[in-house]
Amino acid sequence: MKEVLIIGITAALVNNVVLSQFLGLCPFLGVSKKVKTAGGMGAAVIFVITLSSLLTGLIYKFILVPTDMTYLNTIVFILVIAALVQFVEMVLKKISPSLYEALGVYLPLITTNCAVLGVALLNVQNSYGILEGVVNGLGTSVGFTVAIVIMAGIREKTEYNDYSPALKGMPMVLITAGLMAIAFSGFSGLL
Amino acid sequence: MNRCVERLYNGIIKENPTFVLMLGMCPTLAVTSSLVNGFGMGMTTMVVLTASNAIIALLRNIIPDKVRMPAFIVIVASFVTIVQFMLQAYLPSLNSALGIYIPLIVVNCIILGRAEAYASKNPVLPSVFDGIGMGLGFTLGLSCLGLVRELIGSGTVASFRLIPEDYCIKIIGLAPGAFFVLAGLVAIQNKIRISHGKKPKEMKCCSDCSGCSLECGERKEEAKNLDLVKEEA
Repeated sequence: MKEVLIIGITAALVNNVVLSQFLGLCPFLGVSKKVKTAGGMGAAVIFVITLSSLLTGLIYKFILVPTDMTYLNTIVFILVIAALVQFVEMVLKKISPSLYEALGVYLPLITTNCAVLGVALLNVQNSYGILEGVVNGLGTSVGFTVAIVIMAGIREKTEYNDYSPALKGMPMVLITAGLMAIAFSGFSGLL
Repeated sequence: MNRCVERLYNGIIKENPTFVLMLGMCPTLAVTSSLVNGFGMGMTTMVVLTASNAIIALLRNIIPDKVRMPAFIVIVASFVTIVQFMLQAYLPSLNSALGIYIPLIVVNCIILGRAEAYASKNPVLPSVFDGIGMGLGFTLGLSCLGLVRELIGSGTVASFRLIPEDYCIKIIGLAPGAFFVLAGLVAIQNKIRISHGKKPKEMKCCSDCSGCSLECGERKEEAKNLDLVKEEA
């Protein structure tokens, strides 16, 4: 139990998916203008990554390993993730329209989010079992949400500050991300 | 033939994926801690991009429009798997340095973006040159970043020492440094653009689809709010 907890905390804080592994940078830079949208994106990512790490873990263990086709994992995982996102979208629309309302816009964007495929592949690479894989997925996506919400908060505050026009937009966002990465590297003393 | 040269120019200079379009940010920041890694990643991406562009251009009339995205993804993923095995066999050191970022080429927006924007509409030869051009442009971008980060961070260029170790700024070679160096490069570009009377670069996002649709939504909301304010006034 303790090891599983350590995997989760490591994934969320120490090896933060965006700030130290550089996965899922596109939504991190693109959808972090407002705290509200950033939170929605984060929630959708938590939902999809946790579900996809469960599904890819099951497929890897019960289909790819017994049939000796583990070399196909990249192809299988990306297709499973794309199908899963479509499926989740349809199910949510039918079962819980209010949740769909909240997450709907963000779901199609997640297929191209490399964090989802990255987590699935890392689970295989580190030979995690299914429970460990799901905890790793959950931790990673919580780490993503924490980072993107903090980023959006900082951007809301600094948007109308007076600084050199050459730094407006992308450069300032990148510098902010760099400072956040320094702050998060402090967590490496945690374990 | 002119068309092919034009594609090369377009990929390397006019629509350089790293500096102009700002696509594929994840590998750009993650693997550029040294010149060799950046160059290797760029070359690997170029091979996948050229091969997948060629196959997609060949099949462009056969693939039905409705399932084109999954079809493209399968083609790209197959080539990534092939390239991954080649690297494991012939360049194991590069393979272990790039690690998880090799299979992640599948979700690199440059590749799907080029498939969608160019290869699915054009004949094979220009598509191949489009892939080579874009790949070289990406390699150029990654090599530049890798060169700067390796020189400042560990004082070497391709493992050849230029600056004594005591004078290196280690953090540039680590994760935060990636953000700072890219920020610096974009800021320099913006400075030049502004001095030429152009607008600074707009924030763009992966393959236009992800960021844009949301940003458009936000803009609409803002416009609505403005209208409401006006009406109230």
